[in-house]
Amino acid sequence: MPTLKELVKRPERLTPGHRLCAGCGAPIAVRLILAAADKPVIASNATGCLEVATTIFPYTAWAIPWIHNAFENAAATISGVEAMYRAKKKRGEIQEDIYFIAFGGDGGTYDIGLQSLSGALERGHRFVYVCYNNEAYMNTGIQRSSATPLGAWTTTSPVGKAVPGKTQWRKNLTEIVAAHGIPYVAQAAPSNWRDLTTKAEKAFHTDGPAFINVLASCNRGWRHLPSETIQNMQLAVDCCIWPLYEIENGKYRLTYKPKEKKPVEEWLKTQGRFRHLFSPENRHLIDEFQKYVDQEWEKLLKKCEE
Amino acid sequence: MGKIMGMNGNAAVAYAMKQINPDVVAAYPITPQTDCVERFAEYVSEGLVDTEFVTVESEHSAMSACVGAAAAGGRVMTATSANGLALMWEIVYIAASMRLPIIMMVANRALSGNINIHCDHSDTMGARDAGWIQLFSENAQEAYDNMIQAVKIAEDMNVRLPVMVTQDGFIISHAMERIETLEDDEVKNFIGPYQPRYPLLDIEHPVTYGPLDLFDYYFEHKRSQIEAIENSPKIIEKVGEEFGKLSGRYYGLIEKYKLDDAELAVVALGSTCGTAKDTVDALREKGKKVGLLKIRCFRPFPKEAIIKALAPLKAVAVLDRSVSFGAFGGPVFTEIRSALYDAESKPLIMNFIYGLGGRDIFPADIEQAFLKAEEVAQKGRVEKHIDYLGLRE
Ligand SMILES: Cc1ncc(C[n+]2csc(CCOP(=O)(O)OP(=O)(O)O)c2C)c(N)n1
Ligand code: SF4
Repeated sequence: MPTLKELVKRPERLTPGHRLCAGCGAPIAVRLILAAADKPVIASNATGCLEVATTIFPYTAWAIPWIHNAFENAAATISGVEAMYRAKKKRGEIQEDIYFIAFGGDGGTYDIGLQSLSGALERGHRFVYVCYNNEAYMNTGIQRSSATPLGAWTTTSPVGKAVPGKTQWRKNLTEIVAAHGIPYVAQAAPSNWRDLTTKAEKAFHTDGPAFINVLASCNRGWRHLPSETIQNMQLAVDCCIWPLYEIENGKYRLTYKPKEKKPVEEWLKTQGRFRHLFSPENRHLIDEFQKYVDQEWEKLLKKCEE
Repeated sequence: MGKIMGMNGNAAVAYAMKQINPDVVAAYPITPQTDCVERFAEYVSEGLVDTEFVTVESEHSAMSACVGAAAAGGRVMTATSANGLALMWEIVYIAASMRLPIIMMVANRALSGNINIHCDHSDTMGARDAGWIQLFSENAQEAYDNMIQAVKIAEDMNVRLPVMVTQDGFIISHAMERIETLEDDEVKNFIGPYQPRYPLLDIEHPVTYGPLDLFDYYFEHKRSQIEAIENSPKIIEKVGEEFGKLSGRYYGLIEKYKLDDAELAVVALGSTCGTAKDTVDALREKGKKVGLLKIRCFRPFPKEAIIKALAPLKAVAVLDRSVSFGAFGGPVFTEIRSALYDAESKPLIMNFIYGLGGRDIFPADIEQAFLKAEEVAQKGRVEKHIDYLGLRE
């Protein structure tokens, strides 16, 4: 793994001047991941905040070849690019090693793009898929996705007299992807940047599909200060809501173990989207939240043989 | 000259694909197209082509992968039918908007519901405003010839648009015919090497495909797309002419069959044109002045050629193998009637919807259309603009 000094010397592949909100987690994650690539990269991007805010015609913030096709097909699109690369390589028309990467939000990955992702993983294309997970559809104005946590307020899981925000838990996409038996799967967060870049490097070096699920807070949707992004991510990790681990050729490994496992409340209270959970009648939801996180954490520890 | 072979339409297209040897094919099975990609898969597994064959999990991903591959910079093909084309719809538009010269064979099939696997043109017609060039084939020979010409049309620097080559499901796709093929080298020389523009794989010159395009530029981009498709008729004709020199089979935007001295005509697309030619011959023997206008290129719509061909006639019956619900007639009828509006003289014109869901069309049906046209011509007016052929009522 290159040193920080070496990393910062690498070319900026997502340049400054994009229009993502100040404090948005997505570009931090993207820049860290792309910095870990020691060879040229070609990217596809699903519809969503990252895409719309970086390519408002006639501007582009991408200093690498980049394609946006539609919302649900970032994986299928990059598999086409990668197939063309293989065709050209076979014919001796291209010699260079190139990395292929697809970016999708949680909506474009957990929900509408899951089929396209699953197909591309199963076919074994050599590419990295990155889900920048901001836990809702942000580009269309904060609607719930299947990555939205229990109890969260969104515009389609609003808090009312009868319903206290989202009533289901998020689905475990990292495990669903792992079930494809691909060589490299990881969960990461930009707060733990060294962990993230190491995982990204491993993903780029994987001979086959690799997947990284990276938490990427949206201060607009989560309702916290733009300056709190990194702290907020760190809390999600330390409360074990977003454990950092990897699955290399089927082998689980916890890549970060909090010194002290913090109660989920500490994370929940940093965000306006969970404010209602702290009123007495919703207290049980915080308990439920904690119970679920504990269970999942225990399961993971077992898998990681910790 | 290449071999003469016995092939059905699917096999003929697969054979053309083999000779073209595209860089990437991404496809998903659907009746009646499946047979075509199965045959192509055999060429792949026998090592007779060096195509990357991407066996996607759906048609949506087939077109998505085609877009990725074409933007990466190579020759790309796929094939589909009906529901498969419908599932691709969103990306079909994107392919044309990105000006990617993708070739897609569509074995025409009725679009559900209810589910039906047989031929009508509702699938292709549903995609007629997507910005693709659409070439219809009368038989397997034409499907083969069209595939090869499509490559050259799509890749022309003045066009750079995707092309759909259709053949009637089962009627052409599954019926064995005598096909005159070209030599592999003839095909190779005819299409020439591919010159990609702004490929993603040119990492020295990074490009951004598919940005957010708002009210300040989107309209202009659509305008340039309109220009591209308006450039294409000349290229389609030029390629048809060159193909004729090579093969002896010449192609234009339309084909006129015994039309020059005719008073009555039918207009049709696809395999029905073969049946209509027989009917014209039979009626000519009875001394009737009848002819056929076959539309080979439906998009772009060859309005001038059609006006020129039809304006002098007394009456015209347009045959539509699809419906435009709630519209004034089928898609072909609406366009032809509209094209004729400004013509100095115009024929009386009627629409016959026929053949939905694979219902056969017989010479007797087409004769009936001619009889109606004759009756209308005698009366000097049309009483019933929209009628049906071969329908139990
Ligand atoms: C087929 C389709 N359905 C819906 C949309 C509208 N849409 C655009 S972006 C988006 C949500 C994106 O959410 P996510 O993937 O989580 O990315 P984010 O915006 O949060 O970064 C939706 C619903 C679309 N573009 N295409
Ligand atoms: S709305 Fe949220 S996800 Fe979108 S750019 Fe702003 S902070 Fe980022």
